[in-house]
Amino acid sequence: MFNYTVRRLFSLIPVLFGMTLVVFAIIHAIPGNPAQVILGQRATAAAIENLTRELGLDRPWYIQYVDYLGQLLQGDLGTSLRTRGPISEEVWPYLAATFELTLVAMLVAVVIGVNAGIISAWFSKSWFDYVAMVVALVGVSMPIFWLGLMLQWGFSIELGWLPTTGRNNVRDPIESITNLYLVDTLLQGRFDQFTTAIKHLALPSMALATIPMAIIARMTRATMLEVMKSDYVRTARAKGLRMFWVVYKHSLKNAIIPVLTVIGLQTGLLLGGAILTETIFGWPGIGRYVYDAISYRDYPVIQSGILIIAAIFVLINLIVDLLYVVVDPRIKYNK
Amino acid sequence: MVSKDPILQIKDLKVSFQSGKKFIPAVDGISFQLNEGEILGIVGESGSGKSVTSLATMGLIPTPPGKIENGELLFEGKNLKNISEKEWRKIRGNQISMIFQEPMTSLNPLFTIGNQLMEAIRLHTDLSKAEAKIRCIELLKLVGIPRAEGILKENPHQLSGGMRQRVMIAMAMACNPKVLIADEPTTALDVTIQAQILALMKDLNKKTATSIILITHDLGVVAEICERVIVMYAGQIVEHGDVRTILKDPKHPYTKGLLKSVPDLRGKKDRLYSIPGSVPTPGTIQKGCRFAARCDSAFEACFEGTPDLYKMEKQGHEVRCFLHKVEERSDQHVGVTS
Ligand SMILES: Nc1ncnc2c1ncn2[C@@H]1O[C@H](COP(=O)(O)OP(=O)(O)OP(=O)(O)O)[C@@H](O)[C@H]1O
Ligand code: SF4
Ligand SMILES: [Mg+2]
Repeated sequence: MFNYTVRRLFSLIPVLFGMTLVVFAIIHAIPGNPAQVILGQRATAAAIENLTRELGLDRPWYIQYVDYLGQLLQGDLGTSLRTRGPISEEVWPYLAATFELTLVAMLVAVVIGVNAGIISAWFSKSWFDYVAMVVALVGVSMPIFWLGLMLQWGFSIELGWLPTTGRNNVRDPIESITNLYLVDTLLQGRFDQFTTAIKHLALPSMALATIPMAIIARMTRATMLEVMKSDYVRTARAKGLRMFWVVYKHSLKNAIIPVLTVIGLQTGLLLGGAILTETIFGWPGIGRYVYDAISYRDYPVIQSGILIIAAIFVLINLIVDLLYVVVDPRIKYNK
Repeated sequence: MVSKDPILQIKDLKVSFQSGKKFIPAVDGISFQLNEGEILGIVGESGSGKSVTSLATMGLIPTPPGKIENGELLFEGKNLKNISEKEWRKIRGNQISMIFQEPMTSLNPLFTIGNQLMEAIRLHTDLSKAEAKIRCIELLKLVGIPRAEGILKENPHQLSGGMRQRVMIAMAMACNPKVLIADEPTTALDVTIQAQILALMKDLNKKTATSIILITHDLGVVAEICERVIVMYAGQIVEHGDVRTILKDPKHPYTKGLLKSVPDLRGKKDRLYSIPGSVPTPGTIQKGCRFAARCDSAFEACFEGTPDLYKMEKQGHEVRCFLHKVEERSDQHVGVTS
């Protein structure tokens, strides 16, 4: 298992390499001179030329690229044009915020989605099955920004139960240690702030969780229905095992394998879709970070931000692949 | 001789499967009993309803698409018809257990042999984990698996079909069931292993007084270990009697055909006989005798009415064929049959 993991990690190198090339190409294909953008409309030609040279933008693209790669290898993600700070340091709080939101959303999506799928399959054609599948159908076809706005309107504006935006109460800010607020507040024993953090998480994670939850529920139901017809499930019943364990032990472990792929893919999509939700809910995450960078034409941040999101996507896929091996002994990972 | 007390009785069982809007019978009015300590054979071509009958006995007909339309099941005199799922669980795997026809797919691919076997043991006993493990090894040795201990940690895909079937047998025997239903336990195995497994079952039957229903295509196997045999055709019993009578003096044309298709042990014939045609699929059954289309002794009456199971002179011998209906026996067909 260890060797397999190491091997898979090495196999990521060319993928990551390719990604840097793509990101680099995209950024350089955008028309306009960054120096001009930074200095504004009224800058003199000399000043622009100076800055261009200072940023190294006057050199041929391949030299720029090699340079960029060299920096990346040293863990240098560049410097933000806006804040003048090193991106590799600046990005952590944003990354943590996104991580926390995605994790909570996926947890909700997986726990509810998988269970809804299981119960629908177990009691197929029952009222629960019909209701769950109609809800799931509505769920998958829901535009996420619309859902986000509706949740805000309903739960915070109309009912006033939950905060509209942000991660914490500005008047009582959470002291960050890991930047995962649920963890930080607990570490500090601030249970009041923990509740506040949960309240802030509620709406954006609900918005984010809906689509993956619906997809996971449908997928789980379909694979469970298939698995529950199988011979080994019949064997489990023939032993006299109670239905709960037949379903949650023998069937689920088999049915979850294809669902894992979907979970991985959805997690990746959540990260990609984070820009939208994070903007609606004023969530200071990586999506928001890149979004702001776009409005400021902060090229290095855009470049590194996209690279980070892509790298996480790849990493999630790797984790899913490793999970397969853990779940299914038939997959051979040793040569 | 074995005692004649029935441990299991099936009365007029009818099981149908939904196909489109209609329910089509796969087993149509079967009655028989299994006596304490006996080995009862059930033979019949593919699709004749053998597996459906045994699944019904375990209360495991998949519903939907299946449906038990009629019938009673008595285990040790107790009617299982309306018992709760909880009571069923106490019987399944404990009092009545089953070896399935499909050894390759009947074990869960994602759990170790040890896990699956221990589960079966611990469900019905209060053995500790360590004790259950000892019992596992004992069972695996009993079914002739040499390195029993090692196999506990292995997953099904690491074992051959024969090994898997032995594990299934061990699992079925785990709680010393009173009734063991073995649905073609050796079909997927090669000849030497077949013989070993049959010997094993016979041994179990002797040692633990387990009553066995042995389902098979192979009349040779029946001859070897069964006392009584039921011949099924298209969801019905067509002949029933003790093995010696049926092998020596079969009455039903279908049974005769089956016997003719058994390879001759002395190797005189070089081509195997096979009954022309095939079992009518459920739903295509016409009126008249179900075997009429393939029967070379069929006469007019066979296409009009349906024959009942007629009792023969020999005690316990029954045949579903007009040729053996008492009134018919006196007419011109006698010459054809006996
Ligand atoms: N799950 C099911 N769904 C629909 N029809 C079924 C199902 N199981 C059995 N049947 C029907 O019941 C009939 C009898 O099947 P069964 O499996 O009992 O035959 P069998 O005698 O065991 O044959 P074989 O020797 O091939 O095992 C089949 O022809 C099939 O049409
Ligand atoms: S009843 Fe007629 S068709 Fe049926 S088995 Fe007897 S002879 Fe053949
Ligand atoms: Mg069968």
